Amino acid sequence: MSNKTVIRVCMGPAGIAAGGKGVLDAFSKSLADSGLSAELKENCSSHQVGCLGLCAKDVLVEIDEGGRKTSYQYIKPDMVERIVIEHLAGGAPVKEWLVDEAFDKFYGKQFKIVLSDVGRVDPEDIDSYIAAGGYEPTREVLMTWIPDDVIDEIKTSGIRGRGGAGFPTGLKWELARRSKGPRKYIICNADEGDPGAFMDRAVIEGNPHSVIEGMLIGAFAIGSNKGYVYIRAEYPLAVERLKLAIKQAYERRFLGDDIFNTGFSFDIEIKLGAGAFVCGEETALIASIEGQRGMPRPKPPFPVNKGLWESPTVINNVETLANIPYIIRKGSNWYSSFGTERSKGTKVFALTGKIKNQGLIEVPMGIPLRDIIYEIGGGIESGKALKAVQTGGPSGGCIPAGMLDLSVDYESLAKAGSIVGSGGMIVLDEDNCMVNMAKYFVNFTQAESCGKCVPCRVGTKRLLEILTRITNGEGREGDIEKLERLSKGVKSASLCGLGQTAPNPILSNIRYFREEFEAHVRDKKCPAKVCKALLTYSILDAYCKGCGACMKACPAGAISGEKKKPHRINPDKCVRCGACFDVCKFKSVARE
Amino acid sequence: MNERLDNIINNIREKGGNIIVLLQETQEAFGYIPKEAVKYFSEELNIAPSRLYGVATFYAQFRLKPVGKNKVTACCGTACHVRGAEKIISGIKKELDLPPGEDTTKDGKFTLEEVACLGTCSFAPVVLVNGAVHGKTSAESVVRKIRSIKEKSGE
Repeated sequence: MSNKTVIRVCMGPAGIAAGGKGVLDAFSKSLADSGLSAELKENCSSHQVGCLGLCAKDVLVEIDEGGRKTSYQYIKPDMVERIVIEHLAGGAPVKEWLVDEAFDKFYGKQFKIVLSDVGRVDPEDIDSYIAAGGYEPTREVLMTWIPDDVIDEIKTSGIRGRGGAGFPTGLKWELARRSKGPRKYIICNADEGDPGAFMDRAVIEGNPHSVIEGMLIGAFAIGSNKGYVYIRAEYPLAVERLKLAIKQAYERRFLGDDIFNTGFSFDIEIKLGAGAFVCGEETALIASIEGQRGMPRPKPPFPVNKGLWESPTVINNVETLANIPYIIRKGSNWYSSFGTERSKGTKVFALTGKIKNQGLIEVPMGIPLRDIIYEIGGGIESGKALKAVQTGGPSGGCIPAGMLDLSVDYESLAKAGSIVGSGGMIVLDEDNCMVNMAKYFVNFTQAESCGKCVPCRVGTKRLLEILTRITNGEGREGDIEKLERLSKGVKSASLCGLGQTAPNPILSNIRYFREEFEAHVRDKKCPAKVCKALLTYSILDAYCKGCGACMKACPAGAISGEKKKPHRINPDKCVRCGACFDVCKFKSVARE
Repeated sequence: MNERLDNIINNIREKGGNIIVLLQETQEAFGYIPKEAVKYFSEELNIAPSRLYGVATFYAQFRLKPVGKNKVTACCGTACHVRGAEKIISGIKKELDLPPGEDTTKDGKFTLEEVACLGTCSFAPVVLVNGAVHGKTSAESVVRKIRSIKEKSGE
């Protein structure tokens, strides 16, 4: 296939949002009715692929001419014809649409294992995955290994759960293998619930077979014949691609009875999650698969001993499972050569927020945060100053700008008061208020609290109330200390991971940005100018031209003045919406 | 309606399923979980209505009220939040004049859905209007879009 030209069109979530479907259709059409020679036409195929990574520059198109790759950015359907005529037929790439240097920098510091085939294989075609070496690891394991070999290999690789908690995967499998029971289950947790995170979805949409393979190998290791993928119903494309992949795997007899004539049987069923963040907790997820309210129960017994329908059950995250075939293929020593002493391999992050190159990245564990932000991410957009990097979503915390040399691994992030989490990485600049951020996350966890245990149900509610009054300018002396005390209580007394981690964003933000909390409580000021109730607007006479734009924009009728003379804002009528500030061309509206 | 509910029950009996699947199929068929459906299931399947409601109200996916003719989905994910999703949502609410605590307009023309994360964070803030993605959007732009739908439907 070396002479074949392949056109890859990014059809990840962002690619589709940017119009990837239209671009793909335009390629099919343009190839069909272009004056290309018959030979070239046959050799030229356009594929939809999963996320190519640099979502901010979607739609990305990669043209692979027998290994020689050219990438285009910001492609729209009406640009396709010119690419076909000038590049494919004429051999001269359309220079002005090629990716810029940010693209090379974006990939320079990354190392892809889980994502190595995402964007390469066609997620809707099993042959494309097989051609890339897929299902070979499963064949080798099933035909020549014994389960203990698999467990040893995974243990040696050092991989830890990528869903957030970081429990060693090999050990989990070993515990389940040792556990007695007539039936065992393996569950793939694809109920990605962190806001601002889309790694698992990208893996399933981009390379669903790697997840199926991971489940097959895991099932063989623990002695299970039945697996479930618990996936959000809100991910329609991922569900569709996964269903198709499972169907194709059955057709090739990679799933079902007597796989590779080894006597080993394995079935996979999809269970659609109905949207509940608490189902990230293993025991809650199990209750949900059983059709109940997704409420956690105390541990022990742990799911590896008593899980789904009281049987030993292993629950692994999507990214963890997608790593497995690559570990088997290249060996545990190769895998453990990446990363730090205790955090091995790579981690996928969804890099978003106030950063130039937003998208999906995979980096070796232990990479300095600075490299992610300034090399891969290309720095902060619009020249503002970096304030902090939020990791781990509602269960995590923030890393302030002053700690950019921190190594990104389980231990270092935990020491800094945050977590690796499932992989959301949100960059905040000076315009983001840390009190508001804490409130945002607690608002989320409070709404998602299942209500079973009091510390979480009532505790998060009280935390939210205190944060709300602080951001409303009604903060009281002692509120910060109260937040700290209550946070510690909720952490230590809650039943499950949701409550135990819910106060993390508060504690972390107070730890690094205490003065910002104090400004809210004592001075009734929001230094980042986010909290509406703490802002006052006034017009600076020296700059005001009296154009009347602000008067028109004001929804409250709080602005008055004669034409060409400085206007006035009546503070009693002002609703602090900021419309005047946004609309003024002369920067004459002051916001404090 | 009973006939459609019977179909759902038979379907579940054939394929095997549980309360969540039952409710998912009901919502697929009706767009929400009608009160009558809960009553019917509870009698036919001998499951207490409280258990059905318990599951239906636990998960974000299920709605107990019909959805409006047009759906505006605002992403409240972290990336959207740091880029001003709050302002957009309050702008939409104002435009639609939603009664407090309700997500659908009185005339049943619009529903505002606030979701945790749409996963298109690089286009934050994101709002879907009837399924079409509006990325890097603003309150003004979404309100304009809503107004044009209102005009088209002849108000």
